[in-house]
Amino acid sequence: MTSEIQLAGFGGQGILFAGKVLAYCGMLADREVSWLPCYGPEMRGGTCNCSVCLSDDPIGSPVVNEPDLLIAMNEPSYTKFITAVKAGGYAFVDSTLVDSADVRSDIHEFRVPATRLADENDLKGGANIILIGKLIKETGVISMDDIEAAIRKIVPAKKAQLIENNLRAIRLGFDYAE
Amino acid sequence: MANERMLMKGNEALAEAAVRAGCKCYFGYPITPQTEIAAYMSKRMPKCGGVFLQAESEIAAINMVYGAAATGVRAMTSSSSPGISLKSEGISYAAGCDLPCVVVNVQRGGPGLGGIQPAQSDYYLATKAGGHGDFSVLVYAPSSVQEMADYVVKAFDMADKYRMPAMILSDGLLGQMMEPVVFPEIQDNESPKEWACTGHGNKRRHNIINSLYLKPEELEQSNIERYKKYDIVKAELPEAENYLTEDADIIVTAYGASARIARSAVNAARAEGIKAGLIRPITLWPFPEKAYADTVETAKAYLVVELSMGQMTDDVRLATSCRRPVRFFGRTGGVIHTPAEILAQIKQIAKEELK
Repeated sequence: MTSEIQLAGFGGQGILFAGKVLAYCGMLADREVSWLPCYGPEMRGGTCNCSVCLSDDPIGSPVVNEPDLLIAMNEPSYTKFITAVKAGGYAFVDSTLVDSADVRSDIHEFRVPATRLADENDLKGGANIILIGKLIKETGVISMDDIEAAIRKIVPAKKAQLIENNLRAIRLGFDYAE
Repeated sequence: MANERMLMKGNEALAEAAVRAGCKCYFGYPITPQTEIAAYMSKRMPKCGGVFLQAESEIAAINMVYGAAATGVRAMTSSSSPGISLKSEGISYAAGCDLPCVVVNVQRGGPGLGGIQPAQSDYYLATKAGGHGDFSVLVYAPSSVQEMADYVVKAFDMADKYRMPAMILSDGLLGQMMEPVVFPEIQDNESPKEWACTGHGNKRRHNIINSLYLKPEELEQSNIERYKKYDIVKAELPEAENYLTEDADIIVTAYGASARIARSAVNAARAEGIKAGLIRPITLWPFPEKAYADTVETAKAYLVVELSMGQMTDDVRLATSCRRPVRFFGRTGGVIHTPAEILAQIKQIAKEELK
């Protein structure tokens, strides 16, 4: 099985980091993984996106054109990528920053006010990880154990307080009910 | 950490593997999408007794490699397409002096300044026209982050063994993407370098590294000798991966990033009952002609897939002696083909050539 994931938002929202967390999860679960960032002018403050593939087979193209899973963290990203999601796929949308009405009836779309939740819980910049928490809850593509291990792996030891913050953000997203 | 799977960018994996392969001098100049190599080396080299130097230009960097290689140390530079054009003169000088060194090209779209997205439009530059004069360089085309690491090690070893520059022809996709990589156990494959300019302490004749010959006969002789060496290289080094080619009617052929996308298309074609296969050249010079010659009796048609306007097509026609139709499909300028686009081409060929 292959999961193709697209993450998109503003530069600075932690899009690339969130992608890296997902890729690490796959690697720790002994799967094939790829992570491909946009590296154009987008990364200088415009929209930013990255493609992550998790698979049981060798990965061909690391470019995700039709995602199974989309994380959209701002309006331009939502408009740009929502139509590309595969029928039956999933979208996780930061509803603090996206106002557009649902345009797809053939996918599972979840709206989480991730930026607001992050601000209210003293987790500034954690909206990306909150959305991953929701993704774990709804899809089961990755496990709670793997995400925890991934976060412990990525966050450097001298920034240990960030580990707890990230785990809290995961939990917030996981427990969020619309 | 020896055998741990690590998640790294292709550029960083290549840089780390180069250090482990004994690269002691790295000279670079920033250009997207290869700057991570220079950035990694700037942190890593001072910790392992190596030299990192950001040169004032690409031309300076290749000439620093020339100087370092002349003393017998393993030296490397990296750039992306426009920067490799600038290095051409220095690469020719290194080839003219039979200096082993490694040049990495993380290709982007061209010509001119072009764009910064992935491309494979420097195939001619790497395999046919790497600079002025009669010479070739070894060209390795990795297709994954793991191979970015594996083949830079091999490039150093083979450059030393055959005393010639080696190039890693990568692209922005492989440079920027992260995949798990396991670093190879490094064997000490450094050949002794009696020719190097290391100081002789009056114990032997001094060595001279120079590519200037004012007597035509002497220059001719040096070229003839170099081409005898190339004959050995052509016999010993060609490397390719054959995937499902044994019974294939349609053989897709692609290298580097294109090969991984083409492989997905080949699998999709097989799922639809079309006997497709893939030849993936790993050495682009010397070109792995035998991989093609071995299939030409059984295959009905070939499809070359590249991120260029079709620069490898000529070599495929030659390697198949034009005995089968050779089609081409490519995207260029930084646009990356999708598996579905390649599958559509395979199906079209199936319709037209398999009657």
